[in-house]
Amino acid sequence: MLLDVGNSRRFRFLGLGGTGLLVVGAAVMAFAFETPSQTQQTPGASTLPPASAATAGQSGTQAAGSAPGSQTPPGGLNIVVLDPAHGGTDSGARGTGGIQESEITLEFAAQMRRALEQQGFQVVQTRQGNDNPSFDDRSATANAQRGAVFISLHIASTGIPGTVRVYVNSDLPPVKTTNGFIPWDLAQAPFLGLSRKLGDLVQGMLTQHFKGSPDTAQTATIRQLRTTAAPAIAVEVSSVVVNNRTDLDHMAPAVADAIARGVAAFKPLYAMATTSGALP
Amino acid sequence: MEPAAEPARGRWKFWLTTLLVFAVIGAAIVAPILRKRLTRAARLQQQSEEQARRELIQPVPVNPSDPRVKAELFWLSDEDSSMLAPVAVELPLSSDPVLRSKQVLNTLLAGPVDVGLRTLPPDAVLLSFYILPDGTGIADFSEALATSIPSGIQSEQLAVDSMTHTLEANVPQLKRLKILIHGQEVETLAGHVDLTGTFAVNPAARQSPANPATTPAAAKTGALVVPPLTVTLGTVKLTQR
Repeated sequence: MLLDVGNSRRFRFLGLGGTGLLVVGAAVMAFAFETPSQTQQTPGASTLPPASAATAGQSGTQAAGSAPGSQTPPGGLNIVVLDPAHGGTDSGARGTGGIQESEITLEFAAQMRRALEQQGFQVVQTRQGNDNPSFDDRSATANAQRGAVFISLHIASTGIPGTVRVYVNSDLPPVKTTNGFIPWDLAQAPFLGLSRKLGDLVQGMLTQHFKGSPDTAQTATIRQLRTTAAPAIAVEVSSVVVNNRTDLDHMAPAVADAIARGVAAFKPLYAMATTSGALP
Repeated sequence: MEPAAEPARGRWKFWLTTLLVFAVIGAAIVAPILRKRLTRAARLQQQSEEQARRELIQPVPVNPSDPRVKAELFWLSDEDSSMLAPVAVELPLSSDPVLRSKQVLNTLLAGPVDVGLRTLPPDAVLLSFYILPDGTGIADFSEALATSIPSGIQSEQLAVDSMTHTLEANVPQLKRLKILIHGQEVETLAGHVDLTGTFAVNPAARQSPANPATTPAAAKTGALVVPPLTVTLGTVKLTQR
């Protein structure tokens, strides 16, 4: 179960343990939280009685970042959230030949969308054009989905050109939930196990195409993944330092195909976790 | 007299040809060695220029009375640039953990002999370093650490790991590392690696009974350490931003 309180980042939080998606009306929750007694509690955190959350959650207003498909039936993996990293004024890694990470990731995302749709997945992108949503806004797009995985796309400025590495977030402290809620800042914690499985599967598919890539997913402390409440990986292609941009363009179809096959292979594991109650 | 002059000229030609042949062979052997030495000298010169610039900005605290010990510093492996490898460097290291941390981090910033194996940008400067009572080391770097590092998950993670591994190998008192940029907490190093938390250093020390705040899930060096959070019944913790 997931709660997303409207557009305001100050009041965004996650709820776990239920069976349905509760998308909370921004006006109702903002009113509930905007009282001084709530905002003056522990710095960086405040509390909400669960009854309020449940009541508000039944209002069913769609939150910012949610996309068509949010009402997907429970128990299955149906949505892939693609996150072309950087954008806007943040061009990311830049190659000597004027190659910009933000442009390439968007083009890779377009190819991946086609490959994933062919596998029967619905695809949601965190950005469609040259804009730069914040880390939290990108996570909010993913967290508003149900039955989704999150894939962040990057082009490195280092590494052996022609290789691809998959990353999952480093260990996070275990989050004990007795009433079904976890902090936004540790949203990835309950999903780390599934993220590793997804990462290993996708990395395996990629390594078949791109020799010299690792056999299994690596771990890193990636800001984008930490606040994402879904199995989440980052895929980093090497690199912007290639002599010719067409070298990267030629990699895109195989990267897209490998990722789509990796996600398809992960689908049964996700369904198993959902039905066994291992998933929030 | 003519017949005597001919053999003498022939001998001269023979010796001259032999000398030339030896000279060519010698040059063929020596030239690659010279080239290697010149390349190494150029690298060392580049290194010393960076070192000199850094010393002008902030001298490395070195006390001549400090005992010279073999410190272990982590730079990129020359066999696989996606990994770190320890390099033993003999340094005069203080017994004071703060000074010792500064010394090893400054040496790490100075980089290895082969500049291609460095993990941190050459123009980055360690502005200050101090240790909190709970064993958290606070390293404050100049903005160049964030602006000059090659952008990417791999390069940023290797930069952080080189610091945590080096501190772990040389400063046993440290338990965690917090990285600041110009005195400020920043969200990421260069767009990828999360700097909002602390990084684990010396997992064994953190897991000792004397440190009950240990986070087992983040015991791996370099993993982000966030204080354990427990959601109690009847309350929901929200993050305010």
